[in-house]
Amino acid sequence: MTAATFPEWRGLPLDEIVVRCRELVEDADFPTVRRWRDGGGKVVGHFQVYFPEEIAHAAGLLPFKVRGAPVEPTQAESHFGSYLCSIIKSSLELALSGRVPLDLFVTHPICDAARNLAGVWGRNVSYPCRILYLPQNPNSGFAAQYLRDEYDRVRRLCGELAGRDITDDDLRHSIDVFNENRTLLRRLYALKRERPWLLPVDEAYVLMSVGGLVPREEHNELLRTVLPLLEARTLPRRDQIRVILEGGFCEQPPLDLLRAIARSCYVVDDDLLIGLRWLVEDVPQSGDPLQALAESYIDRSAHSPVQHDLRKPKDRMLLERLDQADSQAAILMAAKMCEPGLEELVVHTRALDGRGIRYFVSEFEENMTSFDSLEIQLETFVENLVFD
Amino acid sequence: MTIVGRGNEAGARLFRQWFEGLTAAADEGRGAAYVFVMGSLCELLRVFDFPIVFPEINSLQAAVRRVAAEYLNEAENYGYSPDICGYVKADVATQLRGGAHPMGKIPKPALAVATNACNTYIKWGEIWERMYGMPLFTLDIPGSRGAGLASSRGSDDFERDRRYVAAQITELIALCERVSGRKFDIDRLRQHLGWANELNQGWQRVLELNRSTPALFNALSDGTIYLGVVNGFRGAPEGAAFFRDLVEEMTQKAEQGIGTPIDEKWRLIFVGVPCYPIFRRFSELFSDWGGVFVNSTYLWFASGGANLGFCYDLQHPLDSLAEGVLLGVRDAMDSMFFQTQALVRMIDDYAVDGVVYHPIKSCRTVSTGLADSRRALMAQRDIPSLFVESDMMDKRVVSEAQMKNRIDAFFEGLAARRHQAAAAPA
Repeated sequence: MTAATFPEWRGLPLDEIVVRCRELVEDADFPTVRRWRDGGGKVVGHFQVYFPEEIAHAAGLLPFKVRGAPVEPTQAESHFGSYLCSIIKSSLELALSGRVPLDLFVTHPICDAARNLAGVWGRNVSYPCRILYLPQNPNSGFAAQYLRDEYDRVRRLCGELAGRDITDDDLRHSIDVFNENRTLLRRLYALKRERPWLLPVDEAYVLMSVGGLVPREEHNELLRTVLPLLEARTLPRRDQIRVILEGGFCEQPPLDLLRAIARSCYVVDDDLLIGLRWLVEDVPQSGDPLQALAESYIDRSAHSPVQHDLRKPKDRMLLERLDQADSQAAILMAAKMCEPGLEELVVHTRALDGRGIRYFVSEFEENMTSFDSLEIQLETFVENLVFD
Repeated sequence: MTIVGRGNEAGARLFRQWFEGLTAAADEGRGAAYVFVMGSLCELLRVFDFPIVFPEINSLQAAVRRVAAEYLNEAENYGYSPDICGYVKADVATQLRGGAHPMGKIPKPALAVATNACNTYIKWGEIWERMYGMPLFTLDIPGSRGAGLASSRGSDDFERDRRYVAAQITELIALCERVSGRKFDIDRLRQHLGWANELNQGWQRVLELNRSTPALFNALSDGTIYLGVVNGFRGAPEGAAFFRDLVEEMTQKAEQGIGTPIDEKWRLIFVGVPCYPIFRRFSELFSDWGGVFVNSTYLWFASGGANLGFCYDLQHPLDSLAEGVLLGVRDAMDSMFFQTQALVRMIDDYAVDGVVYHPIKSCRTVSTGLADSRRALMAQRDIPSLFVESDMMDKRVVSEAQMKNRIDAFFEGLAARRHQAAAAPA
């Protein structure tokens, strides 16, 4: 394994660690990728929402979550038409500008815009660009077998890039690393849900988000260090409402927007970077590891607007998230021009109306810089709830 | 006896009959199968006698008949954003109106089949699930994993994909039996596949025949009529007969050198989706200059890959259906996402003078990659192209004056280029 890609947090007190994580997450030059490559490593970029990172990890590659960035798409703009969300353009900008040098790019057709990415990237970069067709019919009895075979294709692809075969034992080791990561992230979210005054949404977000930028062993080390410190925090409990936040499954809201929300509400659950938490239980270590990963994706997974599953109707899943988090209200967001997100707003608002639950609706963009108006609206919403 | 123009008349008549049938089904309270143009599975659904509804076609008909705005407004008042697909919103309004549509009355869905060729298909189907509580079957069709990476028939990778599709078709048959109350009849499937074979091969031949100079039909205007029959009558005897006749008509036109009604000066390719809110005028903006569209990617992907001319093996109908659906829908996706090389071939095969890209706000599936695709084509071939954006439903984002300016300039450029070429020393 190469040297640490993100050593800056080590030895620091909790607040300083969070600051370092925030700086890393906001750094559009993605220094961890460069450090990894400087150490001779290769990088697999995978677009939102979910990718079986264990397979790339087992090949000794760095899986890097391509989630856009707050950058001006000066080079990417001319490759697209109008009426598109920002993440599509800013992600290509990272590639064209050389900010994120990759060795392989994999995208999954999560939406009508993103399904074009393999074509667009492939025409403009020299490394391979591939589509991973995750099953959109997970209810088929054949879906797990199909997905297992798809994962085998990814295994071959990553093996070719790494110059070696990926064995089942390699995969089991990686599953072990990622299972620990899942456990730690569940603990992070449990803390946010149970004692939200100890962990504002923006801080939880940066601590989680680092996972998509560094080797997962490093992220595990960070979370193992930070979680006890967070749990031992002595921050005052304020009289804030408990809300869930929906709409962060793909394009990410700016951190300052999350900070503005945190000033008014306790966000007790959300779908921010849901792909990092897609598998909701540990992946079994026994048997065929690819089959185990495939079955976990299909049977033990979260939900998002971009996956259709008869077992997960969108309105019911929203209400379940709300109930499980013991939330009083919801903040429903959609990235500008994000078709699945905007369509989901109709489902969600009607589901909440049906239960008489209050909600706040807003659109956002990763590049937005002014939050004053939104924060005032949100404060008004919260005051209405508190004094109603 | 002249048979010129027969196809357009027959296509319009078949459409009227189709909507009359849908109106009757709605009045009788029969539940329909809602499907989409890329992977409709009509061949199979007809075995169960479902009335077939194509919500995409309903929506575009609302636009062509210039009533889309009121439908869009109704859906937006219901909560749908101005920034999502206009087809979806027009359909939502149609459903909210109890099926009232300018062509007739649309029956409610008994089930819906949506492939993953367009993600909006699936989100759209979820709307009906919530409205009616009927089953939505998502038919997952793996596409090419990258440009030029379509697996070959018979290869291990292809067989894996085919088995996945075949397994889903078996599951769909069970669902159809449950919903319709009818047993699956494989001999009826053979019959419908046979008619689909005639339609597929006829469509492929019609497209090939348009390599003639002058072109035999305008791919933008006439082609859209034929495309409607490809979709609405796939697997039906009327569809097979229509294409037998159309091939005969086009063959005769080719033999006699009969082109479209305009004086053909420029042979064009259309990439994208037509501007239905001003459909006739949009076509005239090109034809007024003598521009004829000789082919389009629309006629490929919106036919669900019928352009391949795939012939089902009637001895092995289910396996062959899986293979045909996989190949067709995959080709439709390739026509949208990896079309550069196909366009290069089309330019040569059809002696094309220029390429018109028409991305639209409503459809990101088709439109997202077009600017980049155009760059790639320009890098490979020295051919003039036009990039003009509007919409297929929403007149609010259609600026006819701006469009005309751009189109006029495009043709002036074509003329200047031809003049320079003629003046250049040999």
